[in-house]
Amino acid sequence: MKVSLFVTCLTDLFYPDVAVSVVRVLRRLGVDVDFPKQQTCCGQPALNSGCGDDFRAVAARMIDVFEDSELVVTPSGSCCSIVREYFPVTFKDDPIMHRRAVALAAKTFEFIEFLEKKLRPDWSKWDLEFPGVATYHYSCHLRGIGITDEAIRMLKRFRGLEYRQLEKMDQCCGFGGTFSVKYGEISGAMVRDKVANIRKTGAEILVVNDGGCTMNIAGACRREGFEIKVMHIAQMIDQAMAATEQRRLVS
Amino acid sequence: MSDAHTTAAPDFHTRVVEAIATPGLTAAITRATLRQYEGRKAILPELGRPLEIRELAAKIKDHTLANLDRYLSLFVENVQRNGGQVHFARTGEQACRIIAQIGKDRGVRRIVKVKSMASEEIHLDHALEADGFEVVETDLGEFIIQIDHDRPSHIVAPVIHKTTPQIARIFERVIGTPYTEDPQMLTMAARAYLREKFRTADMGICGCNFGVAETGTVCIVTNEGNGRYCTSRPKVLVALMGLEKVVPTLADLAVMLKLLAKSATGQRLTTYTNLMTGPKRPGDLDGPEEFHVVIMDRGRTGILAGEYREVLRCIRCGACLNACPVYRTIGGHAYGGVYPGPIGKLITPLLEGMCEHKDLPNASSLCGACLDACPVQIPIPEFLIRMRDDLRQRGQMHWFQRLAFRMWRIGMKSKFLYSLGSRMGHIFLDGLLARDGWHSKLPPPGNVWTDQRDFPAMAPRPFHRMWKDLQENP
Repeated sequence: MKVSLFVTCLTDLFYPDVAVSVVRVLRRLGVDVDFPKQQTCCGQPALNSGCGDDFRAVAARMIDVFEDSELVVTPSGSCCSIVREYFPVTFKDDPIMHRRAVALAAKTFEFIEFLEKKLRPDWSKWDLEFPGVATYHYSCHLRGIGITDEAIRMLKRFRGLEYRQLEKMDQCCGFGGTFSVKYGEISGAMVRDKVANIRKTGAEILVVNDGGCTMNIAGACRREGFEIKVMHIAQMIDQAMAATEQRRLVS
Repeated sequence: MSDAHTTAAPDFHTRVVEAIATPGLTAAITRATLRQYEGRKAILPELGRPLEIRELAAKIKDHTLANLDRYLSLFVENVQRNGGQVHFARTGEQACRIIAQIGKDRGVRRIVKVKSMASEEIHLDHALEADGFEVVETDLGEFIIQIDHDRPSHIVAPVIHKTTPQIARIFERVIGTPYTEDPQMLTMAARAYLREKFRTADMGICGCNFGVAETGTVCIVTNEGNGRYCTSRPKVLVALMGLEKVVPTLADLAVMLKLLAKSATGQRLTTYTNLMTGPKRPGDLDGPEEFHVVIMDRGRTGILAGEYREVLRCIRCGACLNACPVYRTIGGHAYGGVYPGPIGKLITPLLEGMCEHKDLPNASSLCGACLDACPVQIPIPEFLIRMRDDLRQRGQMHWFQRLAFRMWRIGMKSKFLYSLGSRMGHIFLDGLLARDGWHSKLPPPGNVWTDQRDFPAMAPRPFHRMWKDLQENP
């Protein structure tokens, strides 16, 4: 299977290690990964701010960049939902662009969604060990692309990992792109509520599969002096797979 | 007369700050909305295939809206055939005048009212009181709101922002109930107080959850029995109905009723479901002698003709409020309109003026919980985005933001500029201001972020630069 990585601007600039893990995990599972180097951003900030014209310009470019890709995988549910839900809508009056947008939407997957729904790897070949106590924040835009408990099912595969459910797991952390710098009071109250619930779980690892939420929640944890390891699930799988490989080498 | 809505801060940000600073408000609202949200989630699967029922409900509403003229005429015809009288009001003022005139012509003094969002929209109580009528809200929540000169803060649970001790003090002060925090005792006190009002009222006013075209039936749903008392005891009954409330048939009504209570409060059905078809007939033991329906437009036909038509699907269940993290945080009053929450962010600007309420569509993280909860699948997040775009096109976007996005667009359309821009940001902003990989005080507009939480510095090397290594060392 051949896959193009859509890294997204936030992951590229702030969390490149997440993307490295995505590439490594996919490769270990036999996927051929490439990286279209012209990619930048899907346009979401402009769309959400009401600059539809700027959004369309950037979205059209994104469609160009991934035109020849067989499949597109991204470590962000939010950017994935923009491609899937809004690209076709925004070009609905332009038959050619609409067809291209629909084609891109049909072949674009969020990372965990791709693993669970498309690739379905045989995990029994991997002794995934990840000691610790983890909780998980459900990122909002997974709703729109039909993802429910896929990440939790994956977490439960880790040997030695205790999963603790987060209260109001599916309540928005308050990021919302430009919302966070336009309505700071609301956004701040929302993320403090999220952190309070994370504290209650007593977990040492917080799993967040989206750059925006990570930025917001990790930033609020740090402001409160609350130390917790914030990880993307790709990083956990990557580490556990690397450990398996290490053990294989030794034996 | 309540003056709460005139003393509220005029500015959205101020109202938000005040709401968040109100002790216990966020906690009380979160508790109550979560209970209803969880209740809805638990009971909806009883429908078997809830998603299909919701799709069906959306289709019924869309079909009705597409043929509204036909179904409204049929409804009117059937109300009249049943002996009822129909009045049309283009504006809220007209609706108030019509209802006041009905009262005056019949020498009405005391009016008992069922909870109705349409009447809230037009501030009917105040208009009638100004005309010399005594108006008594009989829904427990609305009753508390009325005697405290407050405003409702939730479509279904108007008093959601008040705690039991607060309510106990209001009862003590206004109707002389000895202080008690026992909800049952407070309810009994309200019941005793209202009983006399019911008995002596000359006119009842209710809203209309659904108007059934094929039969001319007005359907209202309540949980307290006050609705039944108001609509059967007084000699004159007036139902105030938004013109989008019509459904074609009783079978369609059944679909809506299946969804309404489950979505609103997690009940299978509300305790009372009233179907009222005309005035008292010879031989009937009770019922009003006169049955009036006031059909109100008040901007609805404008919405019908525009690109937000689907908001008229709304059945006022409040499920989107209960699901909304912003509503849970700031409560209903901060929205500054009659309809709070996600649906209010659309309805208030559409009914009361988009530019006057430009914060509403913007103050959303677009998390999509509302769409997930909506029984009639109104595309609320998509509409919020569209309205932001509309506001920009009406010149309501700050020039600086407009310019910033223009530059951003140029940057994002070129890989070179994207990399250059982000590198410059990393070198200058992160290099000068970040400590240990974090910012705790950014210059404007980033200060809005760092007032609330820290902001991460960029990674030393973006993924774009790491890819080469990954290719060479798989």
